[in-house]
Amino acid sequence: MKYLDEFSDPQLARRLVDEIKAATSQRWSIMEVCGGQTHSIIRHGIDQLLPDTIEMIHGPGCPVCVTPLEIIDKALEIASRPDVIFCSFGDMLRVPGSEMDLIGVKSRGGDIRVVYSPLDALKVAKDNPEKQVVFFGIGFETTAPANAMTVFQAKRLGIENFSLLVSHVLVPPAISAIMESPTCRIQAFLAAGHVCTVMGTDEYPPLCDKYGIPIVVTGFEPLDILEGIRRTVLQLESGRHELENAYPRAVQDEGNSAAKAMLLDVFEVTDRAWRGIGTIPSSGWRLSQAYRAYDAEHRFSVTDIHTDESSVCRSGEVLQGLIKPHECEAFGTLCTPRNPLGATMVSSEGACAAYYLYRRLEVTNA
Amino acid sequence: MCLAVPGRILSIEDRDGTLMSVVDFGGIEKDVCLEYIPDAEIGQYVVVHVGFALQRLDEASAMRTLAEFEHLGLLKEEFADGFELAAKQVAPATNGSSEVKS
Repeated sequence: MKYLDEFSDPQLARRLVDEIKAATSQRWSIMEVCGGQTHSIIRHGIDQLLPDTIEMIHGPGCPVCVTPLEIIDKALEIASRPDVIFCSFGDMLRVPGSEMDLIGVKSRGGDIRVVYSPLDALKVAKDNPEKQVVFFGIGFETTAPANAMTVFQAKRLGIENFSLLVSHVLVPPAISAIMESPTCRIQAFLAAGHVCTVMGTDEYPPLCDKYGIPIVVTGFEPLDILEGIRRTVLQLESGRHELENAYPRAVQDEGNSAAKAMLLDVFEVTDRAWRGIGTIPSSGWRLSQAYRAYDAEHRFSVTDIHTDESSVCRSGEVLQGLIKPHECEAFGTLCTPRNPLGATMVSSEGACAAYYLYRRLEVTNA
Repeated sequence: MCLAVPGRILSIEDRDGTLMSVVDFGGIEKDVCLEYIPDAEIGQYVVVHVGFALQRLDEASAMRTLAEFEHLGLLKEEFADGFELAAKQVAPATNGSSEVKS
């Protein structure tokens, strides 16, 4: 238990691990949906503290990783235009498109700016009325309220040189898609805590019933994750399949009502392609009719995109939990954070990057 | 981007009709939109996602999370210059280092 000392409360961590061990009588496969949880699990060796019979399977909850290649290529094309200032979260800079990444566009003279909040991009638009300012609006339900409010404000303030390149994705349809895959071996999910901070928990009990799976809303710190796993194992062992909230300090059942109302106004549900996985029905948001004028895809009518995905990268299988990162032949050799073939090696929430940073020596010497 | 960071509200103001605040994240101050927690008050802790407060949080939980994030180097990652982080990523990584960013 070399890692326990690194927990903020090693005694509590030990108690949780002991309780999980005592409760476990058979093999269980549990998926953590969120990439932030994957990072925490690998960094702290949480999976190695668990009984051998509990397998943590890493899910598709890394927004950087699942943003479709076509949208990345559109971003690169829009960002290359001389009349455009392209604003993005820093995480997207090195995500490989078919031919290059945003850093490559910048080195060729593109005006790329990294912002902390989409509202910063709106300010850039206000300060540069002669330019078109585009914000790369990606992410799960957690970043969506920020992007929605920014478009709402752009419309309210009449800032017409602002637009959003949108590729939002949603967690519950991804859980359905994973459960309906013929190769699925997941028996329970840790749901992403902050997604539920926004959306609340109502979407999950129907999934628990339909697929007979426990879903436990879980936080991101190591102790939160151990607690989420403990509650999941208790449900599995007793044959229950319910929604449980193991993160009540940040998640209320109803979520954030003001944010949900804004999302309903600004976005509408759409089918969405997930990089490496394929199209999942009703799994994303796009701008609603009332805000369509602020959609960068419409404004710039980017066409003629021919995507070219790496033929050796197996990030799709990693994202679906079908293989572990080091089982890909390119892991750590052809594909490294320095020269990533897939987005899962770029983002700190990507499973490949987490394994590379914290497990490389172990898995390659195994 | 995906990290939700707790911070303490230092001031609140109406800016162009939008409810904004300055929030302190363990010594780093940022502008944060309060439209989704409109009844938040100065001195309270909120969970912030890309510049938007989404939930109130009690002080003890907030302090614990901030200490944890500081320890893991996550605060530096969330608020640092994106281009510097990307450049660092291109530099050789060290296994298990305290720098989180891939």
